[in-house]
Amino acid sequence: MPIRTEPMTINVGPQHPSTHGVFRLRVTFDGEEILEVEPIFGYLHRGTEKLAEERNYVQIITLTDRLDYVSSMINNQAYCLAVEQLLGVEPPLRAKWLRTMVAELQRIASHLMGIGFFLQDLGTLGTPLMYGFRIREKILDLFEMLCGARITLAYMRPGGVFSDTPPDFWPALEAFMAEFPSEIGEIEQLVMENEIVLVRTKGVSPLPLDLAINCSVSGPILRASGLAWDWRKEEPYDAYQWVDFDVPMGANGDNYDRFWVRMQEIRQSERIIRQCMEYMEPGPVRLDLPLVVRPESGAEAYGRVEASKGELAFYMLSDGGVSPYRCKIRAPSLINLTVTEHLLVGWKLADMIVTLGSLDINMGEVDR
Amino acid sequence: MSCALTSDNPLYSLVYELTGGFLPCWVSYLAAGLAIMFILVNAVLLGAAVFVFAERRLIGRFHNRIGPNRWGPFGTFQPFADVLKLIFKEDLTPANADKIVFLAAPIAMLAPAILMLAVVPFAKNTALADLNVGILYVLAVTSLSSVAILMAGWSSNNRYAMFGAARGVAVLISYEVPVVLCLLGVVLVAGSMSLSDIVKSQAVPFLLVQPLPMFVFLAGVSAELNRTPFDVAEAESELVAGYHTEYSGVKFALIQAAEFGGVVTASMVVVTLFLGGWAGPLSDYLGWLWFLLKVGVIAFLFIWVRASFPRLRIDQLMAFAWKFLLPLSLINLFATALEVFFLRDSMGVLATNDLWIMTGINLALGAVCIALFGTMIREKIRPVTWEPATRTAGMTVGEVT
Repeated sequence: MPIRTEPMTINVGPQHPSTHGVFRLRVTFDGEEILEVEPIFGYLHRGTEKLAEERNYVQIITLTDRLDYVSSMINNQAYCLAVEQLLGVEPPLRAKWLRTMVAELQRIASHLMGIGFFLQDLGTLGTPLMYGFRIREKILDLFEMLCGARITLAYMRPGGVFSDTPPDFWPALEAFMAEFPSEIGEIEQLVMENEIVLVRTKGVSPLPLDLAINCSVSGPILRASGLAWDWRKEEPYDAYQWVDFDVPMGANGDNYDRFWVRMQEIRQSERIIRQCMEYMEPGPVRLDLPLVVRPESGAEAYGRVEASKGELAFYMLSDGGVSPYRCKIRAPSLINLTVTEHLLVGWKLADMIVTLGSLDINMGEVDR
Repeated sequence: MSCALTSDNPLYSLVYELTGGFLPCWVSYLAAGLAIMFILVNAVLLGAAVFVFAERRLIGRFHNRIGPNRWGPFGTFQPFADVLKLIFKEDLTPANADKIVFLAAPIAMLAPAILMLAVVPFAKNTALADLNVGILYVLAVTSLSSVAILMAGWSSNNRYAMFGAARGVAVLISYEVPVVLCLLGVVLVAGSMSLSDIVKSQAVPFLLVQPLPMFVFLAGVSAELNRTPFDVAEAESELVAGYHTEYSGVKFALIQAAEFGGVVTASMVVVTLFLGGWAGPLSDYLGWLWFLLKVGVIAFLFIWVRASFPRLRIDQLMAFAWKFLLPLSLINLFATALEVFFLRDSMGVLATNDLWIMTGINLALGAVCIALFGTMIREKIRPVTWEPATRTAGMTVGEVT
């Protein structure tokens, strides 16, 4: 005799320990199984795009810091690329190398947080998270040497970076890079082959490649589904054309693959940083641009980078004034969220949390 | 009316004799009982406090943190500070909660942890009540906590709490079956259900004689105590706090005390059943020390596991209980019964040599069973869509030019 059960609707979030910010899901469960999912967001909307229309081009940098607040450097980079396109200028060589290097450092920090919270959602008591934070702290210390800030960095400028590296930066970076492989190895040892991690993540919530492409998913999630698509390779910006790295690619697009791809990307970022350290030469780091620039009227630009969460792009349109006429942000987290319903329906409550963790969304970016 | 009472417990007898001279029998009986109850309740709470401190400090170390170190030497007063804070907090009851059940649940949760101590021998002749059905008593008392969890989850009128309670009860009931069956093996070897007799019969620690029950019991106890990897009932990343989501203030403190006190008492039971209890060099005088040391080792094991492992999903957890632990305990019960049948002498007693023979057989059996069932359960637990790893050795790294 089948037992009659009654569907139960639960509000997961916006105040829930595992929604990574103020994300809300209205979920209908049949027992443990998910019948319906409705993602609701907008709780962190700050009107970034509108604010940008009231600021001049340098002031907007601080707004970009607050989009994906765990990878400010990469946000800065995308924005600066867009403004440089708008002005038709090219930053000096050393600035390109510096930007590439700090962007990769930031990618490591961001992926470590993504992986750490993913594993936290799996139910570890934060041990891998804390291992990741140990590395991230050192990266933030390096950033502090560069620009005085740790999270909201505003290090890059249209036409280069804010300033050259201080003298004690390079020994610190070398010390960091010397310890890095063993520290990341500890995380890998702890979780990569853990039977419970494998059982909980392998084959769970797979994202088929055609759906991923149709939904315009990008970043590690797309690569986990089996397409080695990376803007650093497809359309190299800054110094990426001169560095050698691989694009890790998953096969099944399940939670484990998304996690695995991030783990491998950390290793690739490490390779890029080592090459940057090797090839960088002294030189100017910033073009001599005026503080208030006025791109010509009607100029438009699309600055696109491979951010840690996917394709981050700024569309800028100028009306000849001191601030952009329009600044549209393509936020990877928001677009990656469009597959939520497909990933979650039919799986269990525990899987839902883990899948959300594997998407590695950032509400600062989703809501803007 | 005579006041003669025979008890092995020196403290009990002491109180009884001191008061027996000038008080009616039943009063001195009550006084002796109250004195011991007072000590036991405080032992549980103090044990919980020590365990909380140890857990927070150790998990801090596992996390590369320092852990609480502000309040008292090395932070030892931290648990007391926590409890004080909770006592001064507002005691909230949800609007549509069933108030009486909501209030009773934390008490019902703490009770089993304290009751369990009644039969544990801390040292030679120091059990409060050396019941001849000690194991049965322990099992009966621990199963009370499933009622308490259901009470807490249902009365809160919160869907997360209900989720946690449903999960918790399912897990507790499932895990009781293998735990009971594996303890039967221990009873068979010891020839008694009394915990004191089990300690005395451990010429060879039952950790060696009965390795499978040790494993099954530890797993089952972790599940009953809601410790990772079996903590689905309170799974903080999924259910906020599970069945105690709505609890605050003193009630929350009671639930925490029950949870951590439960770990301490469970460690004590494990030590009694499998590690020889108070046995050790000079055990007549230092039994309590050996007992405490062994409890510390087992408690550390619980903390270590908690810091290292992720959580299983509820269906995987059930599969683990029914498809892995249950067959293991049945096989062990069968093997132990055969061994005892063939090895015992005419009086039905096992000699130390026989225990060593059983150790050999059971260790081999345990290794084979765990390897065999481990591979089988791995295939059963993993979802159907899972495919063998294709990229463990040569990582598929797509080259894009």
